[in-house]
Amino acid sequence: MARVVVDVMPKPEILDPQGQAVANALPRLGFAGVTSVRQGKHFELEVADDVDDATLAKIAENFLANPVIEDWVVRRVEA
Amino acid sequence: MRVGVITFPGTLDDVDASRAVAYAGGEAVALWHADADLKGVDAVVVPGGFSYGDYLRAGAIARFAPVMGEVVEAAKRGMPVLGICNGFQILCEAHLLPGALTRNDKLHFVCRDQWLKVENNETAWTTRYDEGAEILVPLKSGEGGYQADQATLDELEGEGRVVFRYAGGNPNGSRNDIAGITSANGRVVGLMPHPEHAIDALTGPSDDGLGIFLSLLDAVVSA
Repeated sequence: MARVVVDVMPKPEILDPQGQAVANALPRLGFAGVTSVRQGKHFELEVADDVDDATLAKIAENFLANPVIEDWVVRRVEA
Repeated sequence: MRVGVITFPGTLDDVDASRAVAYAGGEAVALWHADADLKGVDAVVVPGGFSYGDYLRAGAIARFAPVMGEVVEAAKRGMPVLGICNGFQILCEAHLLPGALTRNDKLHFVCRDQWLKVENNETAWTTRYDEGAEILVPLKSGEGGYQADQATLDELEGEGRVVFRYAGGNPNGSRNDIAGITSANGRVVGLMPHPEHAIDALTGPSDDGLGIFLSLLDAVVSA
């Protein structure tokens, strides 16, 4: 088994109102100095050893992310 | 006219969509998400709600339901398909329509009666409207912000494929005030507001939405 991480983020040009809401809340909580927050998704997949990188790329592009509005990174990590 | 109305786990507006079909003189046929079977219908409505709990992204999981494979194939053959709200999100995820729907710009779930301008009255779903007509229908969505890259927007605008535009203010940050769009052949239409909730003044803000379903009747009968 291998562990694969897929991080999905809204594209820079896409408005991220959730991230903005988090950023706007921080000063109210007393935390100064955070100028921007972007909110995305983090997936951890446990995959069989015979699942190749091309398959993982398809999973990310066709399902976990929507290429119209999101960027993504797939990486294998130590379990 | 037999019009399929799909029910996914989490669909809410299948009953109103079926009622709208019946009001227009059609026969609503219930379609189940897990059945790869359109039961020989003449058109399909993908109704609103929160299919699969909106998990991952709104419409992202519904897109892979067995019934949707059949819808995509039928749409490619020219069958009229209408996606309302979550149905619009599903049609975008299924690549029957371009772009994507994102979280409303002010984060608020918007629930109100909304004026729309009819920009294209030549689709299978809009011939009963006058071009430029303004209609009042409910809008109720948290992820209704229409997004697409500039090239796609230019294509939609250039080809007259923006079908409905928000009038009297943009409720959700949709680019170009887009409320609904159509496929290149004018057979597939998706919109965020809910025409099926505005078919009778007794139960909605107007009966302006009925024109969508009457238009379909014309399209199917004349085909």
